[in-house]
Amino acid sequence: MTAMVKAEGVHKSFGAAHILKGIDLEVAPREVFCLIGPSGSGKSTFLRCINHLEQISAGRLSVDGELVGYRQKGDKLYELKDSEVALKRRDIGMVFQRFNLFPHMTAIENVMEAPVQVKGESRAVARARAERLLDRVGLSDKAKNYPSQLSGGQQQRVAIARALAMEPKLMLFDEPTSALDPELVGDVLDVMRGLAEDGMTMIVVTHEMGFAREVGDALVFMDDGVVVESGHPRDVLTNPQHDRTKSFLSKVL
Amino acid sequence: MTDIEKTGPAERSPAPPTPPAGPEAIKAIPVRHYGRYVSAVIAIAALFAIIYAFSQGKINWGAVPDYFFDDRIIKGVGQTLLLTVLSMVIGVVGGILLAVMRLSKNPVTSSIAWSYIWFFRGTPVLVQLFVWFNLGLVFEYINLGPIYKDYWSSFMTPLLTALLGLGLNEAAYMAEICRAGLLSVDEGQTEASHALGMSHSKTLRRVVIPQAMRVIVPPTGNEVINMLKTTSLVAAVQFYELFKYAQDIGQASGAPVEMYFLAAAWYLVMTSVLSVGQYYLERYYARGSSRSLPPTPMQKIRTNLLSLGRPKGGMA
Repeated sequence: MTAMVKAEGVHKSFGAAHILKGIDLEVAPREVFCLIGPSGSGKSTFLRCINHLEQISAGRLSVDGELVGYRQKGDKLYELKDSEVALKRRDIGMVFQRFNLFPHMTAIENVMEAPVQVKGESRAVARARAERLLDRVGLSDKAKNYPSQLSGGQQQRVAIARALAMEPKLMLFDEPTSALDPELVGDVLDVMRGLAEDGMTMIVVTHEMGFAREVGDALVFMDDGVVVESGHPRDVLTNPQHDRTKSFLSKVL
Repeated sequence: MTDIEKTGPAERSPAPPTPPAGPEAIKAIPVRHYGRYVSAVIAIAALFAIIYAFSQGKINWGAVPDYFFDDRIIKGVGQTLLLTVLSMVIGVVGGILLAVMRLSKNPVTSSIAWSYIWFFRGTPVLVQLFVWFNLGLVFEYINLGPIYKDYWSSFMTPLLTALLGLGLNEAAYMAEICRAGLLSVDEGQTEASHALGMSHSKTLRRVVIPQAMRVIVPPTGNEVINMLKTTSLVAAVQFYELFKYAQDIGQASGAPVEMYFLAAAWYLVMTSVLSVGQYYLERYYARGSSRSLPPTPMQKIRTNLLSLGRPKGGMA
């Protein structure tokens, strides 16, 4: 079975700042893959490389067997056109720390936007699916509300519905609960748990160790641009081998 | 503005050591702002002196009402408004285009936009108008193949000169306004849109521009008011609008200065109407970004009249 995401020696620099220093990892289909680590360790940057919001500087990164941002012909790599990159992004949903809902559209319009504009779906079909998705995240009664009229947790659940509307094969979560009030975190995690149960492949950058332990199939601890330790969440979280992992976990658990 | 006497903070808030038990209204003699009365009297006296001077001048004021609703003047007002609207349309469309080009990653398009803005903002609009009018010295013919072919001088009518001169110049200014608007939209919006698989142009059209309008619309209203006055320059290239008609009537009737006053009055009427519209537009776009809405002009006038001689903040 091909890996859903495969990274081999992935490097990323912003000017002189070397953020990722050779990341190797594999995410299997239907897996919930958690990325943890201190801030500035490069976990969000790595996530953004997967859907080409950031371009990698060195190494190879592929999604579902296809290189991200390039096409290989023989020995040569060809950079993809913007339209080709956009085509690949359709299959990868992303949820942001700060929601990034479109503030000038209602919740249901947010969810309908991409299927109508990108896939050219009819509004009726898109609306039906959007209603289903909003129901799934428990917000069918908020369909006509604007993002500013929703709480952070509700906004994040709309954002998840918006990403799911494109029927992606991979979902990226960039600290989805970090900007939320503690009491609102649970609702968002419940939605994500439901997604995991349905077999969605998910890569989750998170500080929610409880979620990682319960739902995660694999976990990677990153620090200073490298993978320090990886394994099953239960093993890594309860019995860390590396000193840096131990000191990080002692602070967050 | 007319507040000469300043009230000290100690005077204003004589905080009692123990607050009163009930919500009894405070009975206190308000601070008297004598300075306001004095300055109001001086201002009104100065105003009357100016009005008197003008009424005694060698100006035949009777000519102004005589021609105020003259057919040519009314036609001129219409042409001025038409020119304002059409030039602004060219300006806004061109401005958005230039702003997008300027922010483009493509170095060729962004350089073209930069050069355009550099040239059109850097030269006076009156000079640009004359250049358009006389471009026949460079291009003898205008030749669009089978569609159109004519001499430049007959192609470049006064209306077209005026529209190109004003519209293209305005586009350079609108470009800067639009650029500021586009840059005001959070980058996360573009990222979210790209992550959903939307193209650059869809992202711009569906996500960025609708949000940028909040920032773009109020200064654009200002540009409309400016444009209305700037249209008077096209009299120089023989386009007949309000100012040109007023000039012509002035020369024919022997009352040139009177007609300038008439034109000024008409411009004032039009800009006043636009200013009121502008005010409400800004008020509309302030919703959500400021806690309480700014007062309407009527509310402001009422407050000012009532507050004369009263402490500030007495009226809400």
